[in-house]
Amino acid sequence: MSYSTKVLDHYENPRNVGSFAQDEEGIATGMVGAPACGDVMKLQLKVNKDGIIEDAKFKTYGCGSAIASSSLVTEWVKGKTLDQALDIKNTHIAEELALPPVKIHCSVLAEDAIKAAVADYKSKHGTTVETNMCSSH
Amino acid sequence: MVKTPVYLDYSATTPVDPRVADKMIPYLVEKFGNPASRSHPFGWEAEKAVEEAREQVAALVNADPKEIVWTSGATESNNLAIKGAAHFYSGKGKHLVTVMTEHKAVLDTMRHLEGEGFEVTYLDPEPSGLVDLEKFKAALRPDTILASVMLVNNEIGVIQDIATLGEVCRGKGVLFHVDAAQATGKVEIDLAKLKVDLMSFSAHKTYGPKGIGALYVRRKPRVRLEAQMHGGGHERGLRSGTLATHQIVGMGEAFRIAKEEMATENERIRALRDRLYKGLSQIEEAHLNGDMEWRVPHNLNLSFNFVEGESLIMAVRDLAVSSGSACTSASLEPSYVLRALGRSDELAHSSIRFTIGRFTTEEEVDFAIDLVTRNIGRLREMSPLWDMFKEGIDLSTVKWASH
Amino acid sequence: MSPVYFDHNATTPLDERVLAAMLPYFREHFGNPSSRHEYGREARRAVDGAREQVADALGAHPSQVIFTSGGSEANNLAIKGAAAGLTPSQLAISAIEHPCVAKPAQELAAQGWKLAKIGVNTAGRIEGDALEQALRQPTGLVSVMLANNETGVIQDVATLAETARKHGALVHSDAVQALGKVSVDFSVLNVDLLSVSAHKAYGPKGIGALIANKAVEIKPLIVGAGHEKGLRAGTENVPAIVGFGIACELAVRRVSELQGRLRGLQGELERGLHGMGAVIFGAAAERLPNTSFFGFPGIEGETLVMALDNAGFAVASGAACSSGSTQASATLLAMGVDNELGRAAVRVSLGKDTTGEQVREFLGALQGELKRMRGLAAMAA
Repeated sequence: MSYSTKVLDHYENPRNVGSFAQDEEGIATGMVGAPACGDVMKLQLKVNKDGIIEDAKFKTYGCGSAIASSSLVTEWVKGKTLDQALDIKNTHIAEELALPPVKIHCSVLAEDAIKAAVADYKSKHGTTVETNMCSSH
Repeated sequence: MVKTPVYLDYSATTPVDPRVADKMIPYLVEKFGNPASRSHPFGWEAEKAVEEAREQVAALVNADPKEIVWTSGATESNNLAIKGAAHFYSGKGKHLVTVMTEHKAVLDTMRHLEGEGFEVTYLDPEPSGLVDLEKFKAALRPDTILASVMLVNNEIGVIQDIATLGEVCRGKGVLFHVDAAQATGKVEIDLAKLKVDLMSFSAHKTYGPKGIGALYVRRKPRVRLEAQMHGGGHERGLRSGTLATHQIVGMGEAFRIAKEEMATENERIRALRDRLYKGLSQIEEAHLNGDMEWRVPHNLNLSFNFVEGESLIMAVRDLAVSSGSACTSASLEPSYVLRALGRSDELAHSSIRFTIGRFTTEEEVDFAIDLVTRNIGRLREMSPLWDMFKEGIDLSTVKWASH
Repeated sequence: MSPVYFDHNATTPLDERVLAAMLPYFREHFGNPSSRHEYGREARRAVDGAREQVADALGAHPSQVIFTSGGSEANNLAIKGAAAGLTPSQLAISAIEHPCVAKPAQELAAQGWKLAKIGVNTAGRIEGDALEQALRQPTGLVSVMLANNETGVIQDVATLAETARKHGALVHSDAVQALGKVSVDFSVLNVDLLSVSAHKAYGPKGIGALIANKAVEIKPLIVGAGHEKGLRAGTENVPAIVGFGIACELAVRRVSELQGRLRGLQGELERGLHGMGAVIFGAAAERLPNTSFFGFPGIEGETLVMALDNAGFAVASGAACSSGSTQASATLLAMGVDNELGRAAVRVSLGKDTTGEQVREFLGALQGELKRMRGLAAMAA
């Protein structure tokens, strides 16, 4: 199996690996996937009081493409509002990393991780920040 | 500095030993005759070389040269032994016995026979990878014509007790076939003592060339087979086709070297394997696959928990090793051998088979220990499952949001 | 001094360029093509490259190439493998097929197939009428060789295939002896299955291929870990496959020049043979340019072959795999040659390195031997 240079770069030098303390103010966590499926992704967002994602961290159990997809997502969400983050689609990730068809599910999982983290934030903060989260569907 | 990728996949194939190559080349160039040509020296010279090689192969396993039939490799030998015997003896019965952890060449042949109306019992091995004698005995029936058990497993390197299994078969009048493709040069084989009726060999796992193998067919008591390849009547009609002299010569020389050097070579290899195991067993949550006592010294098969299989292979790509994931066209299939030992899919996926051989050095082993240790650490740093394990969470109780 | 080799239909010496291509795959690039690491991928690329070379040389697509351990296996796979995908009906093969076609056909005859032998004329050619006759019965598979290993007679396979296909039969052709001596093109021959072997064309022993139209359902003879798209299991013989690839490429490159040169030598040889009273079998048919199968009435072929060996010429009394047998060749009997003349048969098959001088020396030696043998016969009479 051959990987694109971008996948290899993220795999070799993953950005933003790590965790925030769950109880820290403004932290949202999304965990998706299952060991039996071969991928588990944990994405954490640090959201400031203006509703902007200040920082993001990930941990991923999965193949090189899954690691690269999550690493890429942590870079992309920074500086975005939660709404803007939800605009990141798996197709963008797949295209950026030049994922082959058999690896598209990795980008889907990364998109799901964003959704899960945003949903976690909303469940903790009511609906004060976001509106219209399903508009793009 | 070692040259990468470091080859630790000697059970997949081996380089041809330089001494083997030197013996083969003249039979590719000036001694090119067809061994079946009876009318001129080109043919005689080739035939003589073929018969010398037959003696060398027979000598390694203490058989009569007349009991050795050349084939294109162990896969063909397995096909010929199992189908050939099943067809010939189908009047006696239609039942065969084998083990779930056999090579695909045996399992697929069995499935093929099932399609022809034969019945096959596939025994589960013990978690150690070994066949339980009582379960084996219980599987043999009055209508069983043949049992097939490999001597050395290709993935986990465990050695089956074919001496005892053979006695059981002989006692019950069941033919016993043994796939010894992974065994030559690694374990002693004495066919004068073993109650084995058919045994498959390959050259390219023992520093000989690809494309050549042999089948041992016992003469006393005589075992008969229905030929699978018909034509000019080569190999006493058991296997037609022009004999590839250079390959046969190569196999002969490879087996001669194996006979001469296996005792000292295996000790050197055992020391390397033990060094590798000692180094890698420092890694937390590294699980050995297969029995350690009944095992060839060349093999080490470990599963690394909480690390995903494909990323593991990617992480260790400076090592040429095999993983427990067989890559099919679209998905990763966990190794059926490790699954048969009762390993979970995850552990089967995150396994690495290290196989050490004639040209492996201590530096290479140390390089492997360092590389694997560093990368397992790196991947676990990235793994949410490792965090959870460290926090004491039992992963089997977690409800996963599957996608 | 090494004898002059005039038995190229039994096997050929390896071309030195083939050897050079093969050598790195024994030691440096020794990987198993099924391995996913770099050693394996390198071996896989080599196999893929050779598959393209073989396909290109034979006018086929790489996906139509199934590597086997040689011509015999390719023929077994063609006959038994294709038959296994069909409902048993009639299998029609020519009366002059190699045993590795004829014997699998006999096997099928024991499994519900009706076996028809298509006869040949006195020149050794299959006539369209004989095939038509056989095709009156519903026929699943027809096998006709492209060039006979003993007489060298070339069949009009394209026309025969068209006839067979009109009757709904699959067509196989054994092109083992033709490869490298005349043009062999899968698409021109328009057959469904075509067998070739490397070692008859200056490639290594132990490798061959079946070229198969993918519409034909083939059941594998050797099953296992699914190599060759499940049609032929077993670790690929990488050095031999590499050698086969380059041998095919070289064969195509040299064939027209070689054909012309060999025709010249064949003409010279056969004029000489004629002058000494030889009967040349299949002389009335189009033949391979390197093959002369002949007999001197009253002179045992085996004896003459031995005498020629003593004189320094390696020739054969027929096919290598039947050598040692005292029966006349089945091919000759099928052509209506009587058993006695049949037993006089000697085969000379020339190669790419054969020189005119060698041919003339051979004729000289033969003349001497004949004189001696005829003298002995006269004395005995």
